[in-house]
Amino acid sequence: MQIETQTSKRTTLKLLCVVCGMFGFGFALVPLYDALCDLTGLNGKTKGQYVVDEQVDEQSETDVSSRRVKMQFLASNNADMPWVFRPVSRSLSVNPGKLNATEFFVHNPAGRTIIAQAVPSVTPFRAARYLHKTECFCFDQQKLVGGESMDMPLRFIIDKDLPEDIKTITLSYTLFDITEQISGELAVTN
Amino acid sequence: MSAVIEEHHHDDHHHGPAKGLMRWVFTTNHKDIGTLYLWFSFIMFLLGGSFALVIRAELFQPGLQIVEPEFFNQLTTMHGLVMVFGAVMPAFVGLANWLVPMMIGAPDMALPRMNNYSFWILPFAFTMLASTFFMEGGAPNFGWTFYAPLSTDQGPPSTTLFIFAVHLMGISSIMGSINVVVTILNLRAPGMTLMQMPLFVWTWLITAYLLIAVMPVLAGVVTMMLMDIHFGTAFFNAGGGGDPVLFQHVFWFFGHPEVYIMILPAFGVVSAIIPTFARKRLFGYPSMVYATSSIAFLSFIVWAHHMFTVGIPLAGELYFMYATMLIAVPTGVKVFNWVATMWGGSMTFETPMLFAIAFVVLFTIGGLSGLMLAIVPADFQYHDTYFVVAHFHYVLVPGSVFSIMAAVYYWLPKWTGNMYNETLGKTHFWLSFIGINVLFFPQHFVGLAGMPRRIPDYALQFADYNMVSTVGAFLFGFSQLLFMFIVIQTIRGGKKATDRVWEGAHGLEWTIPSPAPYHTFSTPPKDLTEAHG
Repeated sequence: MQIETQTSKRTTLKLLCVVCGMFGFGFALVPLYDALCDLTGLNGKTKGQYVVDEQVDEQSETDVSSRRVKMQFLASNNADMPWVFRPVSRSLSVNPGKLNATEFFVHNPAGRTIIAQAVPSVTPFRAARYLHKTECFCFDQQKLVGGESMDMPLRFIIDKDLPEDIKTITLSYTLFDITEQISGELAVTN
Repeated sequence: MSAVIEEHHHDDHHHGPAKGLMRWVFTTNHKDIGTLYLWFSFIMFLLGGSFALVIRAELFQPGLQIVEPEFFNQLTTMHGLVMVFGAVMPAFVGLANWLVPMMIGAPDMALPRMNNYSFWILPFAFTMLASTFFMEGGAPNFGWTFYAPLSTDQGPPSTTLFIFAVHLMGISSIMGSINVVVTILNLRAPGMTLMQMPLFVWTWLITAYLLIAVMPVLAGVVTMMLMDIHFGTAFFNAGGGGDPVLFQHVFWFFGHPEVYIMILPAFGVVSAIIPTFARKRLFGYPSMVYATSSIAFLSFIVWAHHMFTVGIPLAGELYFMYATMLIAVPTGVKVFNWVATMWGGSMTFETPMLFAIAFVVLFTIGGLSGLMLAIVPADFQYHDTYFVVAHFHYVLVPGSVFSIMAAVYYWLPKWTGNMYNETLGKTHFWLSFIGINVLFFPQHFVGLAGMPRRIPDYALQFADYNMVSTVGAFLFGFSQLLFMFIVIQTIRGGKKATDRVWEGAHGLEWTIPSPAPYHTFSTPPKDLTEAHG
């Protein structure tokens, strides 16, 4: 008896297509997840650099509300990161709609040059899309030679549309040592 | 060389199996391959079980006695991987190989050569996985869920071999399930409609679709890990712009359907056994089919209940909580139908029936603790405690594993032509039943009291229950040697089984002689009134 009939071959091919499709879908989940996070602030990540809209900015100067939001800053190191890393001020009382500025202090006590990348996270998550950063050290990589110190700037605006029930926002930065990855990439490009 | 194989194949077709060891290497016969799968899974069951016994021995008392914490972590990881991918899944594939063609009146699986490949990949995959114990840095030590970046940044060098082993297992499962789907869709006896198929065939059809859908996602996620480790990508590394939480989403998108892959065929087995020994038709056959399909569908949209504590917006937590609880509805339908089948039946309690009834009771306990875990605020307390361990072991051991044992006792006379020793079978059941409850029930209590999972040492107040648990583990573990003895004894001889074997058995597999001839249904059966019980 001929077992492998034409129909069996057709069904097999169709199922193989499903397999390939689902393998692709696994990878498609990566951009899908990023898009969903951008939309909802799901993972507490802040967006890239915010460009100040002149009109909104002027309006905000004239229309200052008396509302105050407590802004807390946290700094922590990822595993094996030797830097001293702390916020210059632990918390600020800020006025939504106004531009604020603060700094984070870093010091490299190791005897070698280290390149670092700070990764932000905002709690509560739904506050993430109301936190606009006009300048942040997390947009770039930081490079410190051994023993060097630096004050890294952060400038931000809390959106006036921030939901009323949010009274405190915590902005946390984790510092990653990416020296090896960077030098690896350089080695590849060279 | 190929001429020789051809000749063997030719031989097979007319005179039964080839002689010697090469029969097993080259075989394309669904019964041979089913046997290979079942033995392989039993060996893996003993291997994974011995890891578990070392774990339980270490946890017999607080403090560190037997193994180092680093090795303990390797044992918990390998226990999970071996049991999930090596014991439970291949056992069900073995049952499918043996039974699906006989149940639908087909001469063999639709793709016999691929069937051979999909089995023979497994020993290589698991040899590779087990060999990591002997490598520098040891075996994978990050838990069977291999959360990144723990596995990518902090894992041992053998993680790469682990990834390749998972790839191989995935390929094997995908080939096996494609084979099952093609067989069921194309090789049913003429005139057999889908709604005439035995429930075991139905549950396997749905399981195979689940496998085809999610095993490629697992392959994808381990491929991303491989790229993170070796090719400088940052899928899961926050420092490079990735996100560790993404790993959990992709993993559990595979992982949740995976747990139903391990339980749906068990539903099919129990739905075959209970009607036989209650001497009644299965209550509510169509509702069983729809319930199984609903469970399969729901399994795709509830994955985040494994990660409530990772930080999900309130709306997300509520959605995943209610969607998870919804699964209790079709599962309740099934439990109701099994009980209704037994209701008013003339029941007898042979070993397969004992295992099947224990399945219904104990699986329901596991399901209820699952409902408790589905409640978000409660889960914040239960997460990563022994309560979770108790929950998933209740659904996997007296759930899946008991159903596999029930299936072996139920169909063994058909496979070997001999009856097993009923007294020994019942002894095995009671030892296992008592052992399993002594082993896992106390873990509910230590979990609720706050004992974390995956730790080699624990606080003093958990000592008593852990000691009880370990006693149960050794009782359960060693009673499986009795199981092996019973199976070997039955293969070697015993009272001859009749073709029907069980008085109340219905299904095409009971219309052929015992032992089942090497080739069955070379011409499709005409009479389909027997098709489902």
